[in-house]
Amino acid sequence: MHSFGYRANSLLTFAVTILAVMCAMASFSDNLNTPSPSSQVEVLSINWFQRQPNGNDEVSMTLNISANLQSMFTWNTKQVFVFLAAEYATPKNSLNQVSLWDGIIPSKEHAKFWIHTTNKYRFTDQGSNLRGKEFNLTLHWHVMPKTGKMFADKIIMTGFRLPEEYR
Amino acid sequence: MSEENFLREKENTIMDWQGQKLAEQLMQTLLLAFAVVAFVAGYSLGSFQMMLLIYAGGVALTTLITVPNWPFFNRHPLKWLDSSEVDRHPKPQPVKSKKKPTKQK
Repeated sequence: MHSFGYRANSLLTFAVTILAVMCAMASFSDNLNTPSPSSQVEVLSINWFQRQPNGNDEVSMTLNISANLQSMFTWNTKQVFVFLAAEYATPKNSLNQVSLWDGIIPSKEHAKFWIHTTNKYRFTDQGSNLRGKEFNLTLHWHVMPKTGKMFADKIIMTGFRLPEEYR
Repeated sequence: MSEENFLREKENTIMDWQGQKLAEQLMQTLLLAFAVVAFVAGYSLGSFQMMLLIYAGGVALTTLITVPNWPFFNRHPLKWLDSSEVDRHPKPQPVKSKKKPTKQK
């Protein structure tokens, strides 16, 4: 502590170390939060359902997605990334996950939402397995923190089925 | 003679030993205290930004208190030997003796 530079260096190092500890504690405090999310999806209509020239099935649908993810926000949450995926099995792949829509929720106020939309991304199969296919619509989310660990989870909604014939 | 001048100049920029200890203790205590206050305030208000603001303020305040060489850090100054005293006492001469080899049993 014998000189200006020595004291300044010591203070800066100690201050930054304590800051790191504070951030770790803030991240740990996220574990104390028990979220209770809910969501619901309706397939309003199948717009079209065709087999592409390359042999892959493709379907376009209009969806009603509503969810309440407010309980997931803590003081250490920067944003929540949410996406809706269609999940089904085929002989070739035991699990197919196709992302249909995604969004970023920047704050708690925006976390209770209802959206009426066609699928943002193409629902295309690897092959021609979609006729009459039963599938789940799963809402996935990633809670992105300001500092520390990211939490990810999902809600699986079952009971959806594609038409038997192309339209 | 240049040695004494150098030391005299340095006296204005360095702290005495008690001051250094005080500076270190103050620095650590203040930073920890501000960190605790900042975390508790941020957590209870639900505002991460508030925590960072309080802590940043605390770091700035601590820097202001402990880094510059304030007078209260120099209340126990060291008394260096006066140059006139040095001249009165001759420097001890190194003793010239032959090195005896140590016997090993």
